[in-house]
Amino acid sequence: MTPAGATPPRIAVKDVCREAGLTALVSLALLIPVVGYRIANRGGDQFLETRWPEVAIAVALIFFGRIFLILIRDGGLVAPVAGGIAIAAIGWLAPIPSDFLRVVAISAGLVIIARAGFVVFAAQQKAESGREFGSGFADHYRKALPWLAAALIVFALVLPFMPFSGRRLIDIAILVLTYVMLGWGLNIVVGLAGLLDLGYVAFYAVGAYSYALLATHFDFSFWICLPLAGLFAGFFGIILGFPVLRLRGDYLAIVTLGFGEMVRVILLNWVSFTKGPDGISGISRPSFFGLEFKRYPPEGTESFHQFFGLEYSSLHRVIFLYYLILMLALATNFFTRRIRTLPTGRAWEALREDEIACRSLGINPRNTKLSAFAIGAMFGGFAGSFFATRQGFISPESFTFLESAIILAIVVLGGMGSQMGVILAAVVLIGVPEYVRDLQEYRMLAFGAGMVLIMSWRPRGLLSQRDPTILLHSSRVKPQ
Amino acid sequence: MTQDQPLLTVEHLTMRFGGLVAIDDLSFEAQSGEITAIIGPNGAGKTTVFNCLTGFYKPTVGRLTMMRDGTPWLLEQLEDYRISREAGVARTFQNIRIFPQMSVLENLIVAQHVSLMKASGNSALALFGIGGYRKAERKAVDLARYWLDRVDLTDRADEDAGSLSYGAQRRLEIARAMCTRPSLLCLDEPAAGLNPRESGELNELLRFVRDEHKIGLLLIEHDMGVVMEISDHIVVLDYGRKIADGLPEQVRNDPAVIRAYLGEDDFAEIGGGS
Repeated sequence: MTPAGATPPRIAVKDVCREAGLTALVSLALLIPVVGYRIANRGGDQFLETRWPEVAIAVALIFFGRIFLILIRDGGLVAPVAGGIAIAAIGWLAPIPSDFLRVVAISAGLVIIARAGFVVFAAQQKAESGREFGSGFADHYRKALPWLAAALIVFALVLPFMPFSGRRLIDIAILVLTYVMLGWGLNIVVGLAGLLDLGYVAFYAVGAYSYALLATHFDFSFWICLPLAGLFAGFFGIILGFPVLRLRGDYLAIVTLGFGEMVRVILLNWVSFTKGPDGISGISRPSFFGLEFKRYPPEGTESFHQFFGLEYSSLHRVIFLYYLILMLALATNFFTRRIRTLPTGRAWEALREDEIACRSLGINPRNTKLSAFAIGAMFGGFAGSFFATRQGFISPESFTFLESAIILAIVVLGGMGSQMGVILAAVVLIGVPEYVRDLQEYRMLAFGAGMVLIMSWRPRGLLSQRDPTILLHSSRVKPQ
Repeated sequence: MTQDQPLLTVEHLTMRFGGLVAIDDLSFEAQSGEITAIIGPNGAGKTTVFNCLTGFYKPTVGRLTMMRDGTPWLLEQLEDYRISREAGVARTFQNIRIFPQMSVLENLIVAQHVSLMKASGNSALALFGIGGYRKAERKAVDLARYWLDRVDLTDRADEDAGSLSYGAQRRLEIARAMCTRPSLLCLDEPAAGLNPRESGELNELLRFVRDEHKIGLLLIEHDMGVVMEISDHIVVLDYGRKIADGLPEQVRNDPAVIRAYLGEDDFAEIGGGS
């Protein structure tokens, strides 16, 4: 990479064209079956529809994009920036047949501009300070972390009252926060204790069903069911923990996967207890310290809007649920950060690093592993009971292996053990695909692309550096 | 039990893996305030002895008695994690086993897990800020600091243990074992891979541990320079059997030892043994 200011080397036009042409050829081969043909339904008949203009535009986009990427690699600045602007402008103005392609074209142009700028900027930084760009990032991030966390919490607190927020945004935020909480719970098991758990959704299910059954059979309120659901899930964590104490890595993953499926299959088939595939409906909604969110409360009780003298709005309950999951998630986060500085948390991390060394230091591996399973499961149970009360209806369908995989993906993509990483990954993997639901089938494509991009860009997760839980010297930054 | 009972008594220790006899009827003793070295050619069963002592293997036959504060502990009956916790036997490993992604200081704090668990009410009380955990943690840091100073790693306390050099990782492992406040420290080839200067520093450190802390040290070592210089007592193994036991000078001149190290034919060639 040449620093800015130096003359870029002569670019061999032939080589560039050959490389870009090859890329375009590969993409053409992929795009013809994926984009070019489409099964359309019209009047009950199915027939094959072709979309050649889209394929042509996509291939052209890839061809030119590749050329500009090569130019950036060789130290060019003006040409790629101009090209990026041109692509974005064409995307904006030209009569492109689909909105999705328009979005892709515009964002591709912007990415090229940003990338060219970044490369020049990084080279400049390196020339000035002699250090690789980004080497100071970890220290900056560490210093900014408390502020970032505070800002995020404030943002989360005021979100429902922001002018741009509405029912849809709050719903998405609730969903994202549920996954953030699940991610933080699983993070205890996978990120801290290093026990690869592919059946985490089982605890989520146990929590949800405990809540639903207790609430429908015994009429317990949400605030009694919540801790009970957590306890039941934690108990299941111990039940899972015992048989897998001696297992590690792949073997552990397989057994936990089986456990997750077992729980789902039992829920599906034990019809007399769980109502099987029909699920449980009519689960009571949470109340605000005894005040219900109903337009017409039962005789003799007052509802939330009457007590506070507000106009009835169905939004009240949604906002309340939002704050509820926010509090639950923050409690999980607070707990995790605190336990990391306590002997149990440190023993978890030591166990992840080397179990044999742990034994030689007098750490009881059985109790340490079981506590990690139980506590991780407990938070899964809390999240499950929130899920049940939010939906008002649960069935085994909500607790498939895919859910476990998504939660694990959030933890791994965020960076094992990183709290902030889980938030980022949950927003990217859950929030964004949900927000762009209008793109229909491209939604899952975006989900997959997000995973591939994160893993190729940052193989150890988005935010992977780990902070020590205790420092001997006040500052970790040493003079170089 | 009397006071002059040795720190560690190994009696008739035998370890069989299927048909292979790794250790055959081995008996020896180790004293407090002494460095006892176990030497022998490759495959003589030295590390197996360690693994039996620290509970990673259950011996086929034999009794291992550890005296701590006047109480005898039968190591062959204890679970591995209780051997460090109750009998006070700490060890290092031939292939270093530190916690690479934790900081140097954290490695030493984890080693004090047992006492910190007690102080924090199994972490549950300290979670709600009850009890004297903060004070106990400060004391743990003080002990860690003490050993960091001894092994010359104080400046690097907050770095990841995995980023240390090989020699520094070896020193960290010894410091970590000492943070468990052991009565017997078992070192599995501590000088392997060290340069002569580091090896000299290691000798100093081991002598310091012996003289200042009055604990027993059990040492497996190939480096004869280290062994002869610092050992008070040497046990020589060959094919799982003890072939010599005594002071360094005695062992050095023992024909059986020379034969084991040089081989039968070579020994005859140089005219020894007759």
